[in-house]
Amino acid sequence: MKVSVDQEKCCAAGHCALAAPEVFDQREEDGAVVLLDPRPPLALRDGVAEASFLCPAAAIAVED
Amino acid sequence: MDRTDEIRDYPELRAAACPFSPPPGYEELRERSAVTRVRMWDGSTPFLVTGYHEARAVLGDSRFSADGTHKGMPRFTKFEVPAEVFNLGRMDDPEHARIRRMLTAHFTIRRTEAMRPMIQGIVDGLLDRLIAEGPPADLVADFAFPLPSQVIAVMLGVSDADFAEFQRASQGVMDFTVSTEEMGAALGVMVDYVSRMCAAKRAAPGDDLLSRLIVDQELTGGLTQQQVVATALVLLLAGHETTANMIALSSVLLLRHPEQLARLRADPGLMPNAVDELLRYITIVQEGTGRVAAEDVEVGGVQIPAGEGLIINLPSANRDPHFADAHELDLGRPNAREHIGFGFGVHQCLGQTLARVELQIALETLLRRLPALRLEVPLDDLAFLYESMNFGVARVPVAW
Ligand code: HEM
Ligand code: SF4
Repeated sequence: MKVSVDQEKCCAAGHCALAAPEVFDQREEDGAVVLLDPRPPLALRDGVAEASFLCPAAAIAVED
Repeated sequence: MDRTDEIRDYPELRAAACPFSPPPGYEELRERSAVTRVRMWDGSTPFLVTGYHEARAVLGDSRFSADGTHKGMPRFTKFEVPAEVFNLGRMDDPEHARIRRMLTAHFTIRRTEAMRPMIQGIVDGLLDRLIAEGPPADLVADFAFPLPSQVIAVMLGVSDADFAEFQRASQGVMDFTVSTEEMGAALGVMVDYVSRMCAAKRAAPGDDLLSRLIVDQELTGGLTQQQVVATALVLLLAGHETTANMIALSSVLLLRHPEQLARLRADPGLMPNAVDELLRYITIVQEGTGRVAAEDVEVGGVQIPAGEGLIINLPSANRDPHFADAHELDLGRPNAREHIGFGFGVHQCLGQTLARVELQIALETLLRRLPALRLEVPLDDLAFLYESMNFGVARVPVAW
């Protein structure tokens, strides 16, 4: 699984950091998404998929 | 039965027999045509969006503008919002993103979690007083309304000495039963108050949100003085009535669902999910979510010509079959968080993490400290605010 994020699009709603805290965090200065792990293990697939579905700004892309 | 080409009047109201559900007419529309034209009070005929996927498609697409000055924007009220209430929610990127980014640092998960002890202290203070005075009490005036205003006051950096004046000024702008002139006057008082507060922060900045806006933005030319005042006003207004109404209505709803209440009492870890399910089920933002097509766009099989307005009905979208047994209140619902009670897209509620934490703490503490909480009047006697922008209830008399 390959994950990428777009910090420009991100509106800092924070869903991703809650849904998959191993993979996403929020930057201190403005809450924008930080990608902690661009190739997360398959065990985290559900959390990553949920983050990408919940992201209101379409800032998270997931490839298998 | 109406013919399919007939344009229905907007808005339809929630049914008194079922105040927690969306207007029955919208549910019927969602099944038949989730994007359809309606007629508003001013004769305009925007599209009404009642389906979950269609609502996400519109709110998540930058080809739909939120610009409040656009002439195609649906006008929900006759009241013209004064210019000083510049509203983040009513402007488009890139200017919207620029200003939102100045605020997001204060609303991250981490920052909000760190505010738990402060919020708990305010909740306990309000309940101490309620308990000391003894039953009956009005859950709206004595608990739900003071909480969010005290929390935002701390964030903005209102000093204890100033709080009474802050409270008085903000009460004035929260009263939507007053005339347009009175509302204008109340706003004037609030603008004055916030302006004076800004002047004080300018002279002696602290590390609160308002001081940061002044030091980081106003003094560097990112925002004008007037924009700083307006931003403080938006934060105050957007988070007050909404959070208060959710606290009051959630309490009523839980008291009406003893089996769900028992479940929550037995498993306090359920609270975060329960709060999202309550946000989905009640969806207080029932009016005011409008957009305009900036170009021709197709949504849900319907062609929306450029310049046409759309109204996104969040309560109906949140009862879409996307949620299994959508009309059941299920505090353990696996996909409760997928609701769009905070909107969707780049305007999705800035204060949502804060609102969730306030709701979690308020409900947990209320249930724990008042285990025998009950309504003093039958549900039918509660004065629900069917016609207001945000669904609410005027008073909730309780005893314990
Ligand atoms: C349960 C409580 C709340 C609910 C249901 C709620 C709901 C919403 C909704 C539906 C929107 C989007 C409107 C649109 O797209 O047209 C929104 C936007 C917004 N909310 Fe909330 N809100 C709540 C609490 C708060 C709080 C506590 C704050 C701040 C302290 C806040 C600040 C804002 C702001 C600033 C926006 C505009 C964001 C933007 O346009 O980028 N809200 N809210
Ligand atoms: S969910 Fe999307 S918008 Fe929210 S912080 Fe994560 S990437 Fe940003």
